[in-house]
Amino acid sequence: MKMIRLPLWSDREVEDLVGNLLRAGVILSAAVVLTGAVVYLARHGTQAADYRVFHGERGELRTIRGVLHAALSFQGRGIIQLGLLLLIATPVARVALSIVGFAAERDRMYVGFASLVLIILLYSLFGTS
Amino acid sequence: MTVFEFTILVWIGSAVAGLLGALTGLGGGVVLVPLLTLFFKVDIRYAIGASLVGVIATSSGAAAAYVKEGISNIRVGMFLEIATTLGALTGAFLAARVSTAAIAVTFGAVLLGSAVLAARPRVKTTSDAIPDPLATRLRLNGSFPTPEGIRHYFLRRVPAGFSLMFGAGALSGLLGIGSGAVKVLAMDQAMRTPFKVSTTTSNFMIGVTAAASAGVYLGRGYIDPGLSMPVMLGVLVGSLAGTRILVEVETRWLRLIFSAVILLLGAQMIYNGLAGKI
Repeated sequence: MKMIRLPLWSDREVEDLVGNLLRAGVILSAAVVLTGAVVYLARHGTQAADYRVFHGERGELRTIRGVLHAALSFQGRGIIQLGLLLLIATPVARVALSIVGFAAERDRMYVGFASLVLIILLYSLFGTS
Repeated sequence: MTVFEFTILVWIGSAVAGLLGALTGLGGGVVLVPLLTLFFKVDIRYAIGASLVGVIATSSGAAAAYVKEGISNIRVGMFLEIATTLGALTGAFLAARVSTAAIAVTFGAVLLGSAVLAARPRVKTTSDAIPDPLATRLRLNGSFPTPEGIRHYFLRRVPAGFSLMFGAGALSGLLGIGSGAVKVLAMDQAMRTPFKVSTTTSNFMIGVTAAASAGVYLGRGYIDPGLSMPVMLGVLVGSLAGTRILVEVETRWLRLIFSAVILLLGAQMIYNGLAGKI
């Protein structure tokens, strides 16, 4: 007997999608970080490195808006920080995608769980800086 | 040391950490912070920020490879991520309240614990044949293909596993590590997840957990691009190379050697923390 396939995603398809998303996120962020590294090292490579004393990152590179601004003005450290933000955003996107996946599977309980995780992650990114 | 030399050396160190972390299954995070603080004299707060970034890179990179094999349980992962992300937020907030010396000593203690866990061969857990009502209600039971056919497994002791996961998240947020060892412990010992499923599911969760504390660290200025750049790129290259050759090498001796290294680093972290050097 041939089963009629419903237009819902299977676990398998969701997992494949998640795998591709993770890979794309890592490759993209690594490429951006590498670009920033070239600019940063070309300009500051001969300066002395010193991380002994903690003074915190300057205000601009602590917020998403500030990082975008620094990257668009082609500062090496700004571009690197943008790449790192993309890296941090990859797992967040994964959770968001899982919500869609669970919704397509009509799994309300897990749509709820994944939404809760997403809220916690967004709070960490936007609510604390 | 110039920025250029520093970048190259940190890159090499991170690549080795990532490689060993992947080969031994312990993750590179546990050695990154001691490496940066003890050898490169980096302030532990910068080191933790950079390590978190490295942890996310490793987890996402490896998970991309593992997810395709279809042995991670996305429901178990998502359910437990509620605990790990809440724990990670707690840990990250705690990190601002306690002294760097206290963080160093805690780190050392965790290293000693990990060394003991790593040296001990993992006990193959047997899955119960009787489903646990709570695990069933939460749809945590699953199955995976084996050469002998589909194998079903039933999880148990969900509250214990959930609590342990909160602790794993808190350690991750406080110390900038993946806490893979604690995550696997929670799933293996408490919830009786099959070996294959717990390893990949844990890896899957590590990135999300680290992202939860990374946001807090970013806002606090702990994530320095100049330091995080070589760490991220190094760990990524090392761990990807590690997962490629994972199947081909005998890892028992490697685990023992790595455990010894972690033991030494742990003792050094505790000593430096108590001596007020960190």
